[in-house]
Amino acid sequence: MGEEPLIRWEWIGNNGPLIRELVADNIIMALVPVLVGLLVALPLGLAAVRWRWLYQPTAGVVNVVYSLPSLAVFIVLLPITGLATRTTVMVPLAFYALAVLLPAVVDGLDSVPEHVRQSAVAMGFTPARRLLAVELPIAVPVVLAGLRVATVSSVSLVSVGALVGRGGLGHLFTDGWQRQFPTPIVVGIVLIVLLAVIADLLLVLIQRWLTPWSVARTATRRVTQGAARATARPAAQSAGQLAGQSVAGPGRGDAA
Amino acid sequence: MITFDGVTKRYPDGTVAVDELSLEAPTGEITVLVGPSGCGKTTSLRMINRMIDPSAGRILLDGADVTTVDPPTLRRGIGYVIQQAGLFPHRKIVDNVATVPYLLGWDRKKARSRAMDLLELVGLDPGLAGRYPFQLSGGQQQRVGVARALAADPPVLLMDEPFSAVDPIVRASLQDELLRLQAELNKTIVFVTHDIDEAVKLGDRVAVLRVGGRLAQLAAPAELLAEPADDFVREFLGRDRGIRRLSFIPADGLSLRTDLVVPVSADVSSVRGTAEAWLAVVDAEGGPLGWIAPKDLPDSGGTLAEVPAAPYGTFVRGRDSLRAALDATLLSPSGNALAVDGSGRVEGVVTREALGEALTRIAEDARG
Repeated sequence: MGEEPLIRWEWIGNNGPLIRELVADNIIMALVPVLVGLLVALPLGLAAVRWRWLYQPTAGVVNVVYSLPSLAVFIVLLPITGLATRTTVMVPLAFYALAVLLPAVVDGLDSVPEHVRQSAVAMGFTPARRLLAVELPIAVPVVLAGLRVATVSSVSLVSVGALVGRGGLGHLFTDGWQRQFPTPIVVGIVLIVLLAVIADLLLVLIQRWLTPWSVARTATRRVTQGAARATARPAAQSAGQLAGQSVAGPGRGDAA
Repeated sequence: MITFDGVTKRYPDGTVAVDELSLEAPTGEITVLVGPSGCGKTTSLRMINRMIDPSAGRILLDGADVTTVDPPTLRRGIGYVIQQAGLFPHRKIVDNVATVPYLLGWDRKKARSRAMDLLELVGLDPGLAGRYPFQLSGGQQQRVGVARALAADPPVLLMDEPFSAVDPIVRASLQDELLRLQAELNKTIVFVTHDIDEAVKLGDRVAVLRVGGRLAQLAAPAELLAEPADDFVREFLGRDRGIRRLSFIPADGLSLRTDLVVPVSADVSSVRGTAEAWLAVVDAEGGPLGWIAPKDLPDSGGTLAEVPAAPYGTFVRGRDSLRAALDATLLSPSGNALAVDGSGRVEGVVTREALGEALTRIAEDARG
């Protein structure tokens, strides 16, 4: 690339509309497959927990699809969904999301302690109500952990679509490579990382909001061990500022 | 009343968990099912609220076969407490307690106010209402479990080893609490445990089950301790059966001597010559101070207040058992026990001779 600098700021200024369009495209192509994957993983996961024998074959099929190189899948899909369409890119991404989310849903439902399930039955929950009011809410932290992995990888996997002409920010990679011009490549990488981080952060916030009982778990133990008068609320907030599981270790040290 | 009528539970692999069980759990009483693991006690309990359905026989709840009622409806009318409390981790304490009222369609405000009343009833700080279960100790969680089971005021309460997972001190206080609640609420309780001491402490009636789900003996605790039906029950009851049986015999029948009690204001000289080996000293209100031995008294003036007194043990007449009286005699070098009334005033002395006579009578009963 000779004398060419790593980044030319004026290129960014001149290509604002293109970059915005690519960001939007990247977001849509990343999130729709995750959403579809989740919508498919939920009933599949429920069925797999209800009928155990179903889990291994289903997970097997999903994993085989997951192992297919995306390029090969694109080529198979091209005659059906067309060149440079969002659908061509999103179909394999949905399968990848499903491969991560199906085990997450099954593990999440398995994380419901047996004594909690039993006591829900004994209290007189109907099976449907037990699922909605007890089992799914308790599965949320594990499902959300899977959702974070699926979302972040989906955001960066979109760029592979550039090979079939629709890669969101990945377009900047092929463009920069063909022209031996590094600026778009750098911009693409930075934006993809940024998108992934923002998406992950939003999911963390959603998790804190949906499962205060799980957020407080690490922090309040510290509080109750330290000061008896401390209430749950400030504990939950301080946990929000720190990162997940790591709170327990240093927290205990602070209290002691 | 809960009636087991020839109930058998046989699993497809041929295992028999419960074998032709027939017994009654009378209304307003605590019936304890006790036995080693594999005796079918939990299976029996779960057949009452149809968590498990019997292979043969019937279970009647106040005369009606439970299998004629749709399970969720049946269960909402039966309180259920299990070992790990089984609280919902994602719900606040108040909402955990209000679970069944919510299921029954009570409005939120009424259900929550009922839940607050129950927290108080089981001796929990209402300030805990807004917490999540993991923020409570094991003992507190177990109390919440009891409160939740009582929330819709069901006439029947099923308890499956509810206190086994907490430490012995907390367990004892939860047991006392249950007895206090029961005195107030008069529920029909079926309580499952593997701990014979717990069974004997809590049960109005105790059903001892043997492995394979057969009833070995059904009796009141005192009778169980006095007359075990067979070697299995005798062995299961364990050591100290004789001593433990004393817990069920009131101390009221012991003869009291009031002439051995002297006020602390008495002069030393007035008691020095007494022929008795020991005298009990009481304060102006009649409260116990200790024992003195007249022959060891110093040859001086003054009152008994100036003389050091030996340790004493007391039991409450009209409330405590012979076991407490025996214990009290062992706490004093005098070998005698002080009988006190409810407010702690000494009513008299039970000498070791008097206690010995009572124990002899009990031993003779056991022989017959």
